[in-house]
Amino acid sequence: METEFTPWMSLAGGVLIGISAVLLMMFNGRIAGMTGIMTGIIPPFSTDWPWRIAFLAGAVIGPVVFLAAGGAIPYAVPVSLPLLALGGLIVGVGVYYGAGCTSGHGVCGMARLSPRSIAATITFMIFTGLTVYVVRHIAEI
Amino acid sequence: MQKFIVSALIGAIFGLGIAISGMANPAKVLNFFDVAGSWDPSLIFVMGGALITTAIGYLVVFGARKKPVFDADFHLPINKTIDARLIGGSAVFGIGWGIAGFCPGGAIPALGFGGLPVIAFVGAMIIGIVLARSIDGLRHKPAKAF
Repeated sequence: METEFTPWMSLAGGVLIGISAVLLMMFNGRIAGMTGIMTGIIPPFSTDWPWRIAFLAGAVIGPVVFLAAGGAIPYAVPVSLPLLALGGLIVGVGVYYGAGCTSGHGVCGMARLSPRSIAATITFMIFTGLTVYVVRHIAEI
Repeated sequence: MQKFIVSALIGAIFGLGIAISGMANPAKVLNFFDVAGSWDPSLIFVMGGALITTAIGYLVVFGARKKPVFDADFHLPINKTIDARLIGGSAVFGIGWGIAGFCPGGAIPALGFGGLPVIAFVGAMIIGIVLARSIDGLRHKPAKAF
């Protein structure tokens, strides 16, 4: 399935992600990593769960408001439900042990030149690329 | 209450950024990695925009403030070791991301508009985290990585 090359929208989205990461550090002193924020509200809750719930609720509601205001969000899922569930399970295990994901390691950690985050990001980018290659061009699922 | 509202607004900026960038769109994410097929390089611009903004913004914040507005300290990860746990976990995460096309930060903002596919992904992801945490807890006390 082809998708349209959208450098300007993607750049604008990236800048917004960055602004959000900077503001979360400035106000809450926290890394804007989805793995870390989310893990704190999976029982047993961390003691500072309220801001985490607020951030996650905002992250869900933000795009909904944008859509309601007439904005467009291209969205297509070329993956079957069983594979989405399998991928989700694997992602959950991976980000727990890797202590972060694209937002935590890939954006916040890389931005402060953390060696751990740079190592993690290089690793998951390589493995994601390899997996996509295997799924699409070898297994042809 | 103030912290709660500000956190929600910062979350909304994050969610909006993710949604318009294409990170919540598995078709686009998978095409970014499909260099040998229907390659869409857009996500380079997401990473570039987010990284440059965050790097400059962090320098400004750390330079201008001794502590965050709503907290006594900046909570920065203290673990500095690159070990098998970090690399192995990241490799496993990459495999899952490559299968599903969703990463955690891409999936949560899609929950409001993405229907059953993203719900299935997020449900399974939470099960994966819980599973990993309980297995890890059996071996030693859970990591305080966050």
